Amino acid sequence: MAQMTATLPERGTEETALITGSEAIAVACKLADVDVITAYPIRPYDTVMQYVAKLVANGDMDCEYIVAEGEHSQFEIVKHACACGARVFTGSSGVGWMYAMEALTVTPALRIPMIAMVGNRALDDPGAFGVEHNDALTVRDLGWMLVWVDTAQEALDTALIAYRVAEDRRIFLPCGISCDGAFLTHSQAMVNIPTQDQVNRFLPRYNRADLLLHPDNPITVAPQANEDWVMEIRRQNYAAMERVPGVLREAYADFERIFGRKYGNPFFEEYETQDADVVILGMGTLSMPTRVAIRKMRKEGKKVGMVRLRWFRPFPAEELAKCLSRFKAVGVLDRDFSFGSPDMCGVVATETRSALYTSAKRPPVLDFIGGLGGREVIVPDVEHIFNELLEAAEGKKKPATQWIGLRE
Amino acid sequence: MGRLFAVEIVYRGIFQKTLAKNISRGIVLAANLEGKPGTSFGRYGDSPERNGIPAKYFAIVATDDLTLEEGMAKYEPKEVDITVCVDDTLCKGLESWAWYGLQPINKLTRPGGTLMITSKEPAESLIPMIHQKHEPYKLAVLKGIASFSGLWVYKDDHTDVRILGAIAKLLPEMMSLDAVKKFIQHEWKDAVKAQSATNSYNRVSTQTVSPSQGNPEKPFQFTLPKWHEMRDGVAIPSIAQGHKMEDPTSHASGGYQPARNPTFKKYTTRTMRPVVDFDTCIKCTLCWLQCPDSCFDVTPEGLYDANMEACCGCGVCEAVCPVKDCVTMVNEVSFKDNSSQWEAWRKNKDGYKTWLKGTIENRPVRSHGFRYKGQYEEQSPEMLEIAKQG
Repeated sequence: MAQMTATLPERGTEETALITGSEAIAVACKLADVDVITAYPIRPYDTVMQYVAKLVANGDMDCEYIVAEGEHSQFEIVKHACACGARVFTGSSGVGWMYAMEALTVTPALRIPMIAMVGNRALDDPGAFGVEHNDALTVRDLGWMLVWVDTAQEALDTALIAYRVAEDRRIFLPCGISCDGAFLTHSQAMVNIPTQDQVNRFLPRYNRADLLLHPDNPITVAPQANEDWVMEIRRQNYAAMERVPGVLREAYADFERIFGRKYGNPFFEEYETQDADVVILGMGTLSMPTRVAIRKMRKEGKKVGMVRLRWFRPFPAEELAKCLSRFKAVGVLDRDFSFGSPDMCGVVATETRSALYTSAKRPPVLDFIGGLGGREVIVPDVEHIFNELLEAAEGKKKPATQWIGLRE
Repeated sequence: MGRLFAVEIVYRGIFQKTLAKNISRGIVLAANLEGKPGTSFGRYGDSPERNGIPAKYFAIVATDDLTLEEGMAKYEPKEVDITVCVDDTLCKGLESWAWYGLQPINKLTRPGGTLMITSKEPAESLIPMIHQKHEPYKLAVLKGIASFSGLWVYKDDHTDVRILGAIAKLLPEMMSLDAVKKFIQHEWKDAVKAQSATNSYNRVSTQTVSPSQGNPEKPFQFTLPKWHEMRDGVAIPSIAQGHKMEDPTSHASGGYQPARNPTFKKYTTRTMRPVVDFDTCIKCTLCWLQCPDSCFDVTPEGLYDANMEACCGCGVCEAVCPVKDCVTMVNEVSFKDNSSQWEAWRKNKDGYKTWLKGTIENRPVRSHGFRYKGQYEEQSPEMLEIAKQG
């Protein structure tokens, strides 16, 4: 019998509420006592700002809530507030996130621990609201930490963990929390709301220390630099990113100790992998049809499993390679694309193949692009993927990239 | 494997969003009081909601977490135990933002499941509007007017709790009346609301609708093109030029009928439609100018015929018409087809006049509810009185 994943809420232990993934993040902001929040509406991120606005209007939350005139200003305002020692929250979706791009590039270099919710949305054109991961993935090379969650409970918990890790003086990097539009941002589920006391014990106050922009600590941030300086500055960000896994592990261990919810391996969740021949690797809510398909196929005697990637940046290359090399074939379910990339595959597949390259044992990695623009991936789609993988495991030649659920 | 329950709430975008959300949340929270996990969500494809466009909320409840996950592993349920329809004009079918074509109101209602409609019409008037279904299903009519309000407004006319009470009667395995009452007490601390739910629980009844009953028409639908059949560059053909109209009796040609979107007919967007008295029309052009949907065809003699493929039922034409009783908005439930009024008038002027008089005099009361501030609230006392009776 399959085991329920640890990421679903244990009912009845704390106060529960029927809330969406977006509302769960807003609740995390309240519990984290965020100081400055900026907003600019775009679906599906706007559901967070609506709920935060409600919390502020109802007197449940005390913060500076600023509706900016566009996403660029939205991200610039919190960047500056954060440099002055404020705990900040912001976010966007799709092309809104793109409009903020210049602000997004400067934030990690200045070591600003900004927490942003990315309500994943297809990039225009066509103007569409449905989920695609390409929006958040555009900052993958810039020094942002990126995490994908798949339940409202995980969204709330991960937001608290993100503050703890990002604001650690060893790190000071921004973090994007990716939530699938519709499937997570707009779906209400019963969520355990931690107590304020628990959160206070878990999350120390943000202390910007020597980098605080304040008259008592006279510094200049972001002076112009020439070729004598840039490489060293980049190397510092590299070092900070390199320290993330260790700090993440500490935070998850502390989270479990204080809140009692176990996430196990912080970087990825394994489901029915102990004896699996083949697995699907993916991010976000596609885990749901995948888990259902796994339970169905296991009853038919097929040894299939899932690895759900949470942290994409830093990419857990070593651990993931170790995990994936146990299987006979790996299928990556990419809710994104990278036109012109090797094998015309998605972003996660390329990263996964790269991670496996130095591994002594390298299973075939097939890429499946699906669910773009919010298209549903249903259980039969996942069964098809598993059957392709089982055939590949037996040595059958399969295309490196396939599109799932396309009208062709 | 445990049992899965699904309820859809079909509503008119914006005006009934809060109502639909309340019903859906109420189901999940009441079932949760009895230990059943659940989820509630509005269909993403319906957004951004526009005035009156049909939209849906879904409540999914299961006896255990694994079963719930099975119910959630798709964009939306493919079959529901109960379809709740909170505006009887939606019985004619749904064209939403989420798909192309017309979907029967009972499409997702499972065989033997229930279609629950809030209406002041008797079942015999509603059934002919509803598309036929291959398998028998049950119909429950909950007396009441379509509860409309604003996007952020909660209209406390007990429609939500009455529907929850009725659902508890029809699907007690999902949630009991006790759970519904407990939820109401927790959410609103209002004993009168809990009593309204009980009244509706006690009085709700169903009748079976057989496959031979209902509208036999096949709903219009479209096949979406394959990726290589589509023009690239995210470009679509625009609507073609319009053309002259032809008089059905004299065969004179003239006027102008705009060409219209062949894939979106707006038949189900409106709750009311204009009827026009062509004998009193002074051809002032105001309805034609002001219509936000260019729904008026210009006839060869210069009259204006509201084309039902394009009319959203907004009522602007009635508001701007300077002639008394020349344009009158009438409840959509009064009409059986979408044919041209002008053609009927041209073919038989006396017959048309009789039809027009009868249609206006016998129209079931219906209001847009946004003509003046406070109009919605005026409907509440009537609804609360109905709630008392069950």
